Amino acid sequence: MQKTSSQQFFLGVKDELPILVGVIPFGMIYGVLALSAGLNPFDAQAMSAVIFAGSAQFMSAQLIKVGTPALVIILTGFAINLRHALYSATLAPYVRHLPLRWKALLAYLLTDEAFAVTVLNYQREGITPQSHWYFFGSGLALWTSWQISTAVGIFLGTQVPESWGLDFTLPLTFIALVVPALKDRAGIVTAAVASLAALAFFSFPYKLGLIASALVAVAIGLWVETRQ
Amino acid sequence: MNLWIIMILIGLLTFLTRLSFIALLERINLPAIFQRALRLVPIAVLSAIIAPELGLRNNALFLSLENPRLLAGIFATVVAYFTKNVVWTIVAGMAAFWILQSLR
Repeated sequence: MQKTSSQQFFLGVKDELPILVGVIPFGMIYGVLALSAGLNPFDAQAMSAVIFAGSAQFMSAQLIKVGTPALVIILTGFAINLRHALYSATLAPYVRHLPLRWKALLAYLLTDEAFAVTVLNYQREGITPQSHWYFFGSGLALWTSWQISTAVGIFLGTQVPESWGLDFTLPLTFIALVVPALKDRAGIVTAAVASLAALAFFSFPYKLGLIASALVAVAIGLWVETRQ
Repeated sequence: MNLWIIMILIGLLTFLTRLSFIALLERINLPAIFQRALRLVPIAVLSAIIAPELGLRNNALFLSLENPRLLAGIFATVVAYFTKNVVWTIVAGMAAFWILQSLR
């Protein structure tokens, strides 16, 4: 039986929940950091809605603090967020039948974390008439927690001790998502190459090492797949 | 004022990047190799985000048994392989991280 739109929506919310454990401390840390960078509470909160991309927000707050020229900050933010073009390309075939207002809404909600659960859901289930509601549910769950955790970070300040290291739940979440997806040699090689390349390229400016590593890993993964 | 210009431009560029292929693909037919590549993209990007979180400290390589994030991350990878469960992976990884940190 086909799932209804509300079933899809809440399934998306549910699958996003474990990721929120990692995102909420991240949002709170952003709130604290933005204030310490000299942003006022309103601007710090607005950035979470206008940019809505964690690493770009951290970077922007930091660069504003040290008086970086506006153009450099904007180009840096753009470079950091270039990876979203890969997500956009990956999900595009699954949403091509939707009207533009849905595409715009889903694009606004297309973060690392929403992408991670949505792409796996599409790969498992394919396209069904209401499957965009899953995308919307996971994206909105993340958006809501990001706004609230930013606000909590702003107003509670430094209440959560940094020594807890709750930010570590973020890579743990990504590990939990990647490992079950490694089902063949091409996938395993891709993950290994991407990890090693990211460590080798970490000093590339503007986080471009991330994009370079991903491109090298996908190229080698494809080569392995073709040889099989 | 300057801050708002920065914010709006980054926000707009980010939105357009996220929208790019989603909006354009109606008019583009992607070649098969590109579609095969897209299966590997999430694996590559997520791995490239994970590795520096585990293997770097203060922007320098830190590949050592003294690194609690690296060891806890490897342990979490093993847990993820056997349980295929996000919550168990996080719980096991954080527990390992806290224990290793307290041992230092």
